[in-house]
Amino acid sequence: MSAQRSAWLFLAPAAIVLGVFFLLPVIGAFVLSLTDYDLYALADIHNLRFVALGNYWTLLHRPLFWSALGHTVYFVAVGVPLSMVISLCAALLLHSPLARCKPFFRTALFAPVVTTVVAVAVVWRYLFNTKYGLVNYALGWIGLHPVDWLGDPHWAMPAIILFAVWKNFGYNMIILLAGLQAIPAELYEAARIDGASTWRQFRHITLPMLAPTLWMVGILTVSGYFQLFAEPYVITEGGPLQSTVSVLYLMYNEGFKWWNLGSASAIAFLLFLIMFVVTACMLRLGRKEAEA
Amino acid sequence: MDSRFRGNDGPKEINYLREGGRARSAFWQIIAVMLVYVCLVACAQNSDPRTLTFWTIGREGEAITQLLPEFERENPDIHVSLQQLPLSAAHQKLLTAFAGDSTPDMTQLGNTWLPELVALGALEPLQTRVANSKTIHPDDYFPSIWSTNVYDGALYGIPWYVDTRLLFYRSDLLKAAGFNAPPRDWNDWRRMLAALSHPERGQYGILLPTNEYEQLMSLALQQPDPLLRDGGRYGNFESAGFKRALMFYVDTFRLHQAPPITNVEAGNPWVEFGRGVYSFYFSGPWNIGEFRKRLPSSAESTWNTALLPGSDGPGAAVAGGSSLVIFRKAKNKDAAWKLIEYLSRPEVQSRFYDLLGDMPPRRSSWNEGSLRSDIKAQAFREQLEHVKPTPPVPEWEQIANEMQLVAAQAVAGDLSIDQAAAEIDRRADRILEKRRWMLDRAQHTSSAPP
Repeated sequence: MSAQRSAWLFLAPAAIVLGVFFLLPVIGAFVLSLTDYDLYALADIHNLRFVALGNYWTLLHRPLFWSALGHTVYFVAVGVPLSMVISLCAALLLHSPLARCKPFFRTALFAPVVTTVVAVAVVWRYLFNTKYGLVNYALGWIGLHPVDWLGDPHWAMPAIILFAVWKNFGYNMIILLAGLQAIPAELYEAARIDGASTWRQFRHITLPMLAPTLWMVGILTVSGYFQLFAEPYVITEGGPLQSTVSVLYLMYNEGFKWWNLGSASAIAFLLFLIMFVVTACMLRLGRKEAEA
Repeated sequence: MDSRFRGNDGPKEINYLREGGRARSAFWQIIAVMLVYVCLVACAQNSDPRTLTFWTIGREGEAITQLLPEFERENPDIHVSLQQLPLSAAHQKLLTAFAGDSTPDMTQLGNTWLPELVALGALEPLQTRVANSKTIHPDDYFPSIWSTNVYDGALYGIPWYVDTRLLFYRSDLLKAAGFNAPPRDWNDWRRMLAALSHPERGQYGILLPTNEYEQLMSLALQQPDPLLRDGGRYGNFESAGFKRALMFYVDTFRLHQAPPITNVEAGNPWVEFGRGVYSFYFSGPWNIGEFRKRLPSSAESTWNTALLPGSDGPGAAVAGGSSLVIFRKAKNKDAAWKLIEYLSRPEVQSRFYDLLGDMPPRRSSWNEGSLRSDIKAQAFREQLEHVKPTPPVPEWEQIANEMQLVAAQAVAGDLSIDQAAAEIDRRADRILEKRRWMLDRAQHTSSAPP
């Protein structure tokens, strides 16, 4: 038996699992996205029509798809930078030699990540309540008018972003903290001797040394945030006036609520395409930065 | 069985692997053997003739556990295996079960979902069983409710409990404002809403959550114009009747007689109704129990229920509820039918009402026990004689959802009544496209020469 053959044999179990549970469903979903598979086709396969790119064409002409995409991009564009800045600040605070009770704060700040999204979403729904919510109570304290967080189409998405950032920043914080700890202390020492201020140390040592980690965290966060679903599903159910319907939420509704699996698959592929392009661009930018 | 399979295939497997070139077919063989094994195990589990699998949806699943022991005592040869599905997951689970050929023997099924499963051909026709039944008499059922289970002359479900939407009202607040009786028509209703709304104090006549379609749908069903036209081929939302209903609905918000909020923000409407934040509440029978549970007993005399006002005189309401159905592929159809007959007995339905507040679909059940004497249930009893079913097409729930989304835009002032009606028609026609194609094709093949 040749070495190559035995290598294939060793790979086979993993390859088969990947093929059966990943590749085949993906191909199946793509084929599905070219048909109008729905409830009637489920009853009798003769009711299935091949529509080629019809589903994609209809989607691109549906205002709801574009508004869902707009909401998702809004969520990513605001949520990712906000989440990264907060993660970085939290990591810097935890890394500071002045910080006390580090293990406690590390655990406390990481806690939201491991909580169940549905359970905490219900709690946040109460916090955001217009009349009785703690958030508006706090706003009232500093003399601001109450905000109709979940009822006003303009405020619902910011509320969701706040919740998602709170829920997720701990994860990136841990990764960035590890990145910070890997920066050699001598660099700071040398900078201090040269008389560099804290800000310049951060600007010229911390940021450049942390850049690869930041890019990785950024790419992971972007691809995670594009898949916005659970937060609006639990907190606002897509409302008010569909202002928190994300692309994935639209896909869920099409596919599992109304059983239009053909157009749901088309949404999935469009989202995949968008995410692929965005992350590829980010990867390329990151590489260029590293070369420069 | 397990060891025999292994004994036969084990050595062969190894031979294939040694030959190398045929390794791939060996893998397929292993997978095939595993599949056969899984099937055998699965079949062995399901073929027990005495186990009746029954799915329930939502709250009914818990109450029914108290009714089943008696059924199993009467039928010692039947064991009921109950699975409780949450409402939010039930629809998906039913369709997945059908797609995966793993439907239970019987299930509870909301009558807006019935057309879908009928269209799938998943349900067993029941008219012969009813004709031979000693306990189930169709004449005893509210006719509109019964008719939601009939498609093309075949009966697919036995109504289990009924649901409709009507008015809960604060009789003390109405009296204080000079009204001695609940509204009978929309003019009365509008006058009362105006007198009872003080938006500056956070008081509104009524709560109409903008993400629930049942309220607008009830008003629309009162109209003479059907909601879909040409046999469910197109939407009929630009009819004068629907526009009248939509106008009344939207005006309630424009006149600040209802707050434009969703049920997510409404939070705890029961307590707010008790506090007088809302004088009317447009909802279903289960809320009789909710109000009793959540409001102090001293508040009992401050509220009551009333028939839904119509555009002129008392109007119809929606015929909702759940039926019990048997799946075509069920293994224990006779046992399932026995359970349906048991659950349809007036005395069992009366106990079911006591447990949960679900209202029985049979008139004779209303003459039993606490239902007969409960004043707050009487409006429902009367309303149930005047209910109208929703259009019997599988797409209805999706259309109703779109209707509500557009109506919410009209409430927000983004669309006029005419624009909204046209937009709902446009969306309904898009959703019904496949149905039109199917109906046309069926006509084509039946009229084509053999």
